[in-house]
Amino acid sequence: MDKLIIGGQELDSRLFIGTGKFPCKSIIPEVVEACKTEVVTMALRRVDIDSKEENILEYIPKHITLLPNTSGARTAEEAIRIARLARAMGAGNWVKIEVISDMKYLLPDNMETIKATEVLAKEGFVVLPYMSPDLMDAKRLVEAGAATVMPLGAPIGTNRGIRTKEMTQIIIDEIDIPVIVDAGIGKPSDAAQAMEMGADAVLVNTAIATAQDPVMMAKAFSMAVEAGRIGYLAKMGKIQKYAQASSPLTGFLREGGA
Amino acid sequence: MLSFINELKRFDDEKFIKRLQKTSVNDVHRVLAKRVIDLKDMAVLLSEAGGRCLEEMAQRAHQKRTQHFGKAVVLYTPLYLANHCINGCTYCGYNVHNKIDRHILSTEEIEKEAQEISKTGLKHILILTGESAHHTPVSYIVDAVKVLKKYFESISIEIYPLTEAEYKEVIDAGVDGLTIYQEVYNPQIYDAVHVSGPKKDYTFRIQAPERAARQGIRSVNIGALLGLDNWRLEAFKTAWHAHFMHKHYPELELAVSMPRIRPCVGGYEVDHPVDDHAFVQIMLALGCLLPSVGITISTREEASFRNNLVALGATKLSAGVSTAVGGHSKDQEASDAQFEISDTRTVEEMKVFLKSIGYQPVFKDWLDMQDVRMERQAPC
Repeated sequence: MDKLIIGGQELDSRLFIGTGKFPCKSIIPEVVEACKTEVVTMALRRVDIDSKEENILEYIPKHITLLPNTSGARTAEEAIRIARLARAMGAGNWVKIEVISDMKYLLPDNMETIKATEVLAKEGFVVLPYMSPDLMDAKRLVEAGAATVMPLGAPIGTNRGIRTKEMTQIIIDEIDIPVIVDAGIGKPSDAAQAMEMGADAVLVNTAIATAQDPVMMAKAFSMAVEAGRIGYLAKMGKIQKYAQASSPLTGFLREGGA
Repeated sequence: MLSFINELKRFDDEKFIKRLQKTSVNDVHRVLAKRVIDLKDMAVLLSEAGGRCLEEMAQRAHQKRTQHFGKAVVLYTPLYLANHCINGCTYCGYNVHNKIDRHILSTEEIEKEAQEISKTGLKHILILTGESAHHTPVSYIVDAVKVLKKYFESISIEIYPLTEAEYKEVIDAGVDGLTIYQEVYNPQIYDAVHVSGPKKDYTFRIQAPERAARQGIRSVNIGALLGLDNWRLEAFKTAWHAHFMHKHYPELELAVSMPRIRPCVGGYEVDHPVDDHAFVQIMLALGCLLPSVGITISTREEASFRNNLVALGATKLSAGVSTAVGGHSKDQEASDAQFEISDTRTVEEMKVFLKSIGYQPVFKDWLDMQDVRMERQAPC
């Protein structure tokens, strides 16, 4: 599979995973191993560095690129503070901006996200902003210095699949930096679909974490992402509206004229 | 001004009770099959027919709440700073007329308590006082918060209601959560049980969450003290209040509680007892209406009962609790307690229990936004 480059870093895996909602943290290393992911996101609000047992960072293998996220931030200012804290804590300079000002649907606030991206990109962060799929906002994020854009497939945690297909496809088509479909991906075939659409990567949490066997599900997602990517690169055949007759009705024109 | 109290004024208790009586089990099933449950459906879920469908309600609440919160429960503990109180509330051990040992923690004593609590790994703390402008003014709370910030990531207050300017003051000091129960939404009963003191002001109390929200507090926990009025009415009004706050302050992390009156000094007779079945019905109805709103369960409830509430949607549990002032660091209790607790488990015991049922005990679910580590950051 071709490599994905984000923030100057080459990645072999196009599956990013989250660390929330697992029944126990000790399963995370196995999940990482099973899906060969190289980027793992975690909510900084949940990172408890004072406790070896509870500290999520203890469960993430050292070769993984940490992607702390700003879960809990309601404004750009809060997201900026959380990102700076993450870096000060030694979690690297990648950050997933998540600004949510509506606790009911947990939909991202694009305007605040753009503001935070601008500030943090200038401070040298590799910024991966989570967003509602809107083309103009995606362009603004590119301009603000985002390393990727991360449109949501469906509201977070819903497992409903790529419900924003049309809008997300437009972003994939129009935006030159990597597009990572985040949120809503509920089953391996959803991930494959996103990859076939041309997404550069997907971020999956709930679907893996809440599966009866998270390790097996992680593996399934890894295969689906790879299949979807290779399918995309192989350039799929055209989808036909009607069956194509093996004996064309207008064939005589070519035959007769010969 | 936009306020929940204006909506509540239009409410007719009798009409609501009549509607409850007309509800059938079929109505309950119809509501539970809906994609979105709205406030009107609450009457159905809180009805007697609803009480006959607890398992179906539990399935829905469990599924929706697990989707939103995951299998995770945040642990916290209350820290009683003082029990001086000038209010005369019939149901409370701190009642000004009760002859109890009163105590107030000094800054040094607060630090000792904080050290003891933080040894257990907890990062979320809820500070409590009675109401006494003389003993525990806002400046005292601010000083306490400054000490506690060294030990905890999240500090909530459960104290007397403040003005908007005072909420700003405590938020600036580092408070990120407000717990304030209306106690009873029925204004006549409210007036009768709050015999004397500033707490008699129903409006000032009911608008407290709105004042704090306007000042940008991160989380608010509301609720009614069950036992003071018909629980179906109180549960509905709690749900409505939460629904109102959710709609008008969508950035708030909201939680509800349904504390039941516990035995305390003064021996209050409960007028409207709430049994376990009713308690679960209230919790599930709230959980179905508000799947993204937290549910906090204190140690007013028995250990075995609390254990069963986790899968039903509890998101926050207290552990290692003492309701006496100075109860964490002193061998002998420094004061009389506000009420008797029913779950005496330590933080470690709660942690082990949650893990045993496949839930993650969460010690830290927020971070100190004024963390000094951030100040060291120089922009590139």
